[in-house]
Amino acid sequence: MRSIRAAAVGAVTMSLALAATACGGGSSSGGGSNDSPKELTYWASNQGASVEVDKKVLQPELDKFEKETGIKVKLEVVPWSDLLNRILTATTSGQGPDVLNIGNTWSASLQATGALMPWDAKNFEKIGGKDRFVDSALGSTGVEGQDPAAVPLYSMAYALYYNKQMFADAGITKPPATWDDLVATGKKISKDGKWGLGAEGSNLSNNIHQVFVLAKQHGADFFTADGKPDFTSDGAVAAVKQYVDLMAEDKVVAPGNAEYAQNQSLSDFAKGKTAMVLWQTASATFKTMGMKDDEWGVAPAPVPSGAPGADRATNSMVAGINMAVFKNSDNIDGATEFVKFMTGDAEQKLLNKAYGSIPPVKAAQSDPAFNTQATAVLRETLATSAAALPQVPDESQFETAVGTAVKELFADAANGREVTTESVKEKLAKAQQQMPNK
Amino acid sequence: MTTTTASAQPGERTVGKSSPGTVRGPRRRPGRIRRIGLPYLLLLPALLLELLVHLVPMVIGIVMSFKELTQFYIRDWTTAPWTGLDNFTMSVDFDAPVGEALLHSFLVTCAFTILSVGLCWLIGTAAAICMQDAFRGRGLLRAIFLVPYALPVYAAVITWAFMFQHDNGLVNHVLHDQLGLTDKPSFWLIGDNSFVALLVVSVWKGWPFAFLIVMAGLQNIPKELYEAAALDGAGVWQQIRRITLPSLRPVNQVLVLVLFLWTFNDFNTPFVLFGKAAPEAADLISIHIYQSSFVTWNFGAGSAMSVLLLLFLLLVTGVYLFVTSRATRTPRAPRKPQERKTADV
Repeated sequence: MRSIRAAAVGAVTMSLALAATACGGGSSSGGGSNDSPKELTYWASNQGASVEVDKKVLQPELDKFEKETGIKVKLEVVPWSDLLNRILTATTSGQGPDVLNIGNTWSASLQATGALMPWDAKNFEKIGGKDRFVDSALGSTGVEGQDPAAVPLYSMAYALYYNKQMFADAGITKPPATWDDLVATGKKISKDGKWGLGAEGSNLSNNIHQVFVLAKQHGADFFTADGKPDFTSDGAVAAVKQYVDLMAEDKVVAPGNAEYAQNQSLSDFAKGKTAMVLWQTASATFKTMGMKDDEWGVAPAPVPSGAPGADRATNSMVAGINMAVFKNSDNIDGATEFVKFMTGDAEQKLLNKAYGSIPPVKAAQSDPAFNTQATAVLRETLATSAAALPQVPDESQFETAVGTAVKELFADAANGREVTTESVKEKLAKAQQQMPNK
Repeated sequence: MTTTTASAQPGERTVGKSSPGTVRGPRRRPGRIRRIGLPYLLLLPALLLELLVHLVPMVIGIVMSFKELTQFYIRDWTTAPWTGLDNFTMSVDFDAPVGEALLHSFLVTCAFTILSVGLCWLIGTAAAICMQDAFRGRGLLRAIFLVPYALPVYAAVITWAFMFQHDNGLVNHVLHDQLGLTDKPSFWLIGDNSFVALLVVSVWKGWPFAFLIVMAGLQNIPKELYEAAALDGAGVWQQIRRITLPSLRPVNQVLVLVLFLWTFNDFNTPFVLFGKAAPEAADLISIHIYQSSFVTWNFGAGSAMSVLLLLFLLLVTGVYLFVTSRATRTPRAPRKPQERKTADV
């Protein structure tokens, strides 16, 4: 009996200790140095179909860099779902890579941690100056008025991808240009197990990207000019309702999409179950899913009907990947040199071609590869009608809070519960209250 | 067992008492010190590791709970400003959204834990009792029963996540297409049903452990008791009630406590099943704290919630150990209150 009690006490202590160790942390200090000039570590985000594909694309380039400079780059490709947590861990421990990729929407949040090297005029000069980059891409490198926390590496934009055969079968001759068109087109197609539009209802980031653009089209933003959350404005509520209504009211999105978060909507598209998807640079994914290039078409993402003003014609967020240097790097010169190499004209053409993205470097965009069916629309969108997500330190929290609200509204719609302006407003108000107090 | 202990103790005592008087006395002294010091020396590595792995992070976690630790300070958390009890008051202010959400997730977790532990115990005990008598294929069945326990959690839960999918999942295929039990395919990974899905996976994963422990407990019950009971005309149910369950009480005490702690703290199952934003109906407290800390980057609030959880678990465990140890210390106490106590948990 005694031993059993001892075992129980032991087990309890262990479990309790485990419960309380959930929040650990460390401290770090200091800036970078050049103590280790011949070596760099690089965390690349997973861009291609798999981590292996990325290694194949990047390794030859890293070898080239080593040949040119004598600096060896140790590569680690980090899956997208792990990347932010890995960066946070590196930030708290101070033990990070020298150079890393970040999602460009995180720029301001990560900038606030102070872990990334600021790109002031002097640093930008080392990589050829700010003017080399497209403005929209520079718009998502950190809070306005501060030195950017990162440099744009790959740019992406949302576009409307459609299945040519399904359109032809339904007697549709051209892709929809406005939301009204899209709903009408979707209704024509949505029958007999086929659906008009695909969505990723449980993917928080994707939800944010879609409702952000719709909010712009309704003349609203999710943050006030001084960076305070403003989730319940009429425009924001209307935007979220419009997006969820594609399933709830218009019934052009399959209810099953409410639980999608792993790009299932893309595989539905490739299988011919869904006729349209709003996605960023999907061509490479379609190919890996066995779809031929001539089976799908691409058009700019829809805008409101009539003649919308400048902001209201926004039809994509500026998506993309930035490259940052960890402040703690012990090869800060080498790291800058590496960023210069990766953002050089030649590398930009090569890498963006490999990933189907658009170079944020102006000079590289002239390559014919960025004027094909897959890329011309994206390039045009980035140049003219894409807007950067709010560059505020709370952006990461915003993605979670509002992204979750949209996910819950989709769950309501899928389960046949009514989605009303009030229910949308209520969810958004709850999301706003969860944001940190200032 | 008893004989060894009995003979060893008097032996030691004699050596201790006689040592100063004997000729070899002075040479014993360092030996004695060594003998007293050695156990502590041997414990030292474990103590140090325990200190490093559990206690230090725990203390850091507690310190963090008193700080305003957001993305602005995570690079060097020691510089974060002190906020006093703000994180705690915010967590327990049940009228405000943060506290309300925490309370909701706490209640969901309580309901989930009671149901999951209860079902795990029930199924595990029933299976163990059924497997008690030898029959052809018993070994194979026992092995099969342990499969869920042996599988890597991630692989098992992700398979369940596939099975619970709305469009192509096996669960809807069986319930809707084959058996026609539902009007239309149900959602299991979003909305209210997610609680059921979580419970099913948790029980599936947890009952083999209960089965294993109860089976081990059953080995210790003397066969003679059953034979005697059978001779006196006790049926199977009476034997279970009067012999098996009372004999298993000490085993069950540990089992229920461990299952309770594991289930209450379970992070893997909901995280793999639902991702970082669990549906409201299945928003377990572990996920909730993770989200507060690591997804919304409010590490201070997350730490405060962790500390509150720790206090709650300490309280429950303390009460449980107190009640159950009292129950075992007074075996001749009236039977009814004892049974009620076990049933309450």
